[in-house]
Amino acid sequence: MSETSSEPTRYLDAASSEPLHPAARASLLAALDVGYADPRRLHHDARNARLLLDNARAVVAESLGVRPDEVTFTGSGTEAVHRGLLGLVRGRPGGTASIAHSDVEHSAVLHAAAWSGVATRVVPVDRFGRVDPEALHEACDETTVVALQAANHEVGTVQHLPALTGAAQQAAVFVDACASMGRLPLPRTWSAAAGSAHKWGGPAGVGVLLVRHRAPWVSPFPADDRVDHRATGFENVPAALAAAAALQAVVAERDEATARQHALVDRVRAAAAAIDDVDVLGDPVDRLPHLVTFSVLYVNGERLVAELDRRGFGVASGSACTASTLEPSRVLAAMGALTHGNVRVSLTRDTTADDVERFCRALPEVVAGLRS
Amino acid sequence: MIELDCRGLLCPAPVIELARRIGEVEVGGLVAVVADDVAARYDVPAWCRMKEHEYVGEGAAPDGVPRYVVRRLV
Repeated sequence: MSETSSEPTRYLDAASSEPLHPAARASLLAALDVGYADPRRLHHDARNARLLLDNARAVVAESLGVRPDEVTFTGSGTEAVHRGLLGLVRGRPGGTASIAHSDVEHSAVLHAAAWSGVATRVVPVDRFGRVDPEALHEACDETTVVALQAANHEVGTVQHLPALTGAAQQAAVFVDACASMGRLPLPRTWSAAAGSAHKWGGPAGVGVLLVRHRAPWVSPFPADDRVDHRATGFENVPAALAAAAALQAVVAERDEATARQHALVDRVRAAAAAIDDVDVLGDPVDRLPHLVTFSVLYVNGERLVAELDRRGFGVASGSACTASTLEPSRVLAAMGALTHGNVRVSLTRDTTADDVERFCRALPEVVAGLRS
Repeated sequence: MIELDCRGLLCPAPVIELARRIGEVEVGGLVAVVADDVAARYDVPAWCRMKEHEYVGEGAAPDGVPRYVVRRLV
């Protein structure tokens, strides 16, 4: 982008993709040389690959507090969402199923629901993006598969899953944990769940599908004859191992990182709220530690992103002001939030207090410049 | 009531126009924003919440373009 700034680039878009964790890099490089063989074969090199894959599975299981046989590596978080949700739909007893999902789910859930062909109900949320338990209760019956996120990818709001799944009657529960996996403890109440490695500092191209032991899950896609019957295609053993190493490290560092990032995000929330006519979004307390979203009245979101980028800050936006036909963020719309002038700031594990202070100083100047 | 023709304007222009012109009606008076930008459907109600006006609702202009009605409260 622009080279007019002498400041170093500060990447504040970890919610789109966290830079590779050093533990992942070390594991990936080591495994590239020894994890190439087909883990299904019986010879020496294959046994090495199989050992690495089993080790990756065991590490992910331990990090998440689940059984190793509940862990499947997929090609992406999106694939894990599709397989998790659609497999529960296909596994509903009696062959009839419906889907209920919140109005702030990731598009992967919406696309899977639309593709499934079954009846789908959308459950509204409040201004913070929290699902209404009564509305969820009314949307569910014993045929329903309910899809709920652990935390929202755009505004960070954490859902109260135990209360919600209690309200979901006899529904099977799919939890999209892509935004929170590694950063927050995994909720307990699910039949299937999904995560995405590049969002916790693993490599891209690795998703984690969790299917609860004995859950009524049936693969929604053509089968394969690989190590894990829930997945298809040749296993990416080095990437799975790197994803597992990053997850283990992130969970080990979690208490410290959560406290530090939560406080830094509070600082950004306060700085944004101090500017006139800024809507700071999402649950202020019960939220992802590293993420904040706000909307700036009377400002074009893309211009805000471009101007912050010019000053060296890389942020995301849910606005769509470049064409009248572009739909703004569904999440913001569902919450009744202002959709223009939107910015999402998400801290990496290496974002410092100085980085945040510099952003907080630049933001009012950038907003004033764009409003004048 | 005044009606603001915001056809062809992209966000945030319709809301900027609404903020600029709301003072032309008395408190309790109505302003209609006619806008084909899809963000206006969400941003006019959000603006009303932030600026403490009342969002009355959505209708349509004779040509079918959405028309968002706001009551000035402050």
